[in-house]
Amino acid sequence: MTTTIAERYDALIEPERVHGSLYTSPEIFADELEQIWYRTWVYVGHVSEIAQPNDYVRKTIGPQDVVMTRGADGEVHLLLNRCAHRGNLVCEADAGNSSSFRCPYHGWTYRNTGDLVGYPFPQGYGGRGKLDELGLGRVPRVAVYQGFVFGSFAPDGPSLAEHLGEAAGELDRLVRLSPQGEVEITAGFLKHRARANWKLLAENETDGYHPQFVHQSIFSVAESGIGALYGEKSTAVTRDLGGGHSENDLRPEFRRLAAPMGWFGTTEKKVPHYVAAMRERHGDAAEEILVEGAPHVMIFPNLFIAEIQLFTIQPLAADLTVQHVTAIGLKGAPEMNTRMLQQSIGSVGPAGLLLADDTEMYERNQAGVAELRPEWLDIRRGVGRESVDERGLTIGGATDETAMRGFWRHYKRLMTTDRVAAGTAAGTPR
Amino acid sequence: MNGQDIRRIEQFLYREARLADEHDYDGWESLWTDDGLYWVPAGGDDIDPTTRMSIVYDNRRRISTRIKQFHTGKRHTQIPASRLRRVVSNVEILGAEGAETTVEANFVLVESRERGKEIWAGRYTYRLREVDGELRMAYKKVALVDNARVVPTMSFLI
Repeated sequence: MTTTIAERYDALIEPERVHGSLYTSPEIFADELEQIWYRTWVYVGHVSEIAQPNDYVRKTIGPQDVVMTRGADGEVHLLLNRCAHRGNLVCEADAGNSSSFRCPYHGWTYRNTGDLVGYPFPQGYGGRGKLDELGLGRVPRVAVYQGFVFGSFAPDGPSLAEHLGEAAGELDRLVRLSPQGEVEITAGFLKHRARANWKLLAENETDGYHPQFVHQSIFSVAESGIGALYGEKSTAVTRDLGGGHSENDLRPEFRRLAAPMGWFGTTEKKVPHYVAAMRERHGDAAEEILVEGAPHVMIFPNLFIAEIQLFTIQPLAADLTVQHVTAIGLKGAPEMNTRMLQQSIGSVGPAGLLLADDTEMYERNQAGVAELRPEWLDIRRGVGRESVDERGLTIGGATDETAMRGFWRHYKRLMTTDRVAAGTAAGTPR
Repeated sequence: MNGQDIRRIEQFLYREARLADEHDYDGWESLWTDDGLYWVPAGGDDIDPTTRMSIVYDNRRRISTRIKQFHTGKRHTQIPASRLRRVVSNVEILGAEGAETTVEANFVLVESRERGKEIWAGRYTYRLREVDGELRMAYKKVALVDNARVVPTMSFLI
């Protein structure tokens, strides 16, 4: 008797442990592209990267090269970077402003909405207008929430609002930190290679158990309150937001401090214009926002917001991932933005005082999971002390693996349900 | 500018390269002036580091933090330390102003780690200053040929 695919994943993913082959198998990676990356909602970019009509920027969904464009009418489009004729790249530049893309190979030209505008020597096709059905490939569904642009290769399925679920509130929390209610992603990206499976990165983003160990070197030499947030005595919690999303909710610790800007390791005296602008916009609510600070949230499968930084996880192979990272900007807060950028440069990317060590861990993990014995990775930490919060969400302690268990529950659902329908209906690139 | 100047500058660059290659962190840090700036741009060679992400943009204080982090013995990505050797060449003196001389040079660097071998290359720009009869670095910029592309961890002194 042959095992069904669902039975196969059932055998690999248990509530408190997962099988090592999930990180190493090229077949499983190919399956994930179809069942996750080419089906669910994936974060692509931010509207501020294409602020003006006809702006465009090159992005990715997994290995797919996507051009995020803004049409003349302001609408956002996600186009596959591939000429409909012979498959050449139609967009070579990383970013720019243009109402059309012209393939350099045979001169086929497309509007920035993806429509084919024209092709040279049309008589070869029997005259003009004979190829109207051809155009650039499109990501069928595009949706924007708080300026964050998501795409889904599945033409039907849960809406972005349904996908984000409880995680949407974390994006709301983030934009509230701007005196104009918007964030900006304009600082460009560091692209950091990890010879490791993408899930090791996603799992680590809200793992509160590792910072004390992986980052002890920087905590011990730089003034940083981060270490204490992830200790046994911390009142912070790890929350499974559902849908594979999770957060480290640090607010209990910051409320205890009750210091405006304490979440950013600074005081209101150091950023007086920002604090004044926030009080002007938010009135009495400003105190709470200034104390509680920014979210630390992983939005399945590829968007991680670490307070002041934005990460996008790009899977390329079972053992190869690129982490794209930048500093978040708060619209209308130049004083904060300068600091957030300088702090981000120090922390993240290939030479970052924090993230380089995380990446070292991902790569060593990848080497380890390929070992034959033992076959399993343990994710049971805190399982006996979880509780349900007032929103009905599961929470664990600051150092517990509640987030990982939520990640794997959702992963298993996506890898085992609606397989046939998704495989054909999505019309996904192969 | 005479022949002696270029020889002296080359000797300084080679020494700096050797101290970095051999992880002589204190020796390397002692080459800096008190207002030193160590910069590795990303996404182009001439970005504005006050508005764009860089791979490294260390003022003197952050250089010191970086060095202290190595000394904790817990900077995991440098345990064990990368095996490094670089060649510095095409040294050119591009200008002088007051006590400072601007120097550029090309480099190729081989890094060996358990994960494999990496080849790093690019162009250095230095501003060297005469302090108490010795040369010091007031500024070192490293324009990697790969700075617009995906790069692996680069946690050593480049």
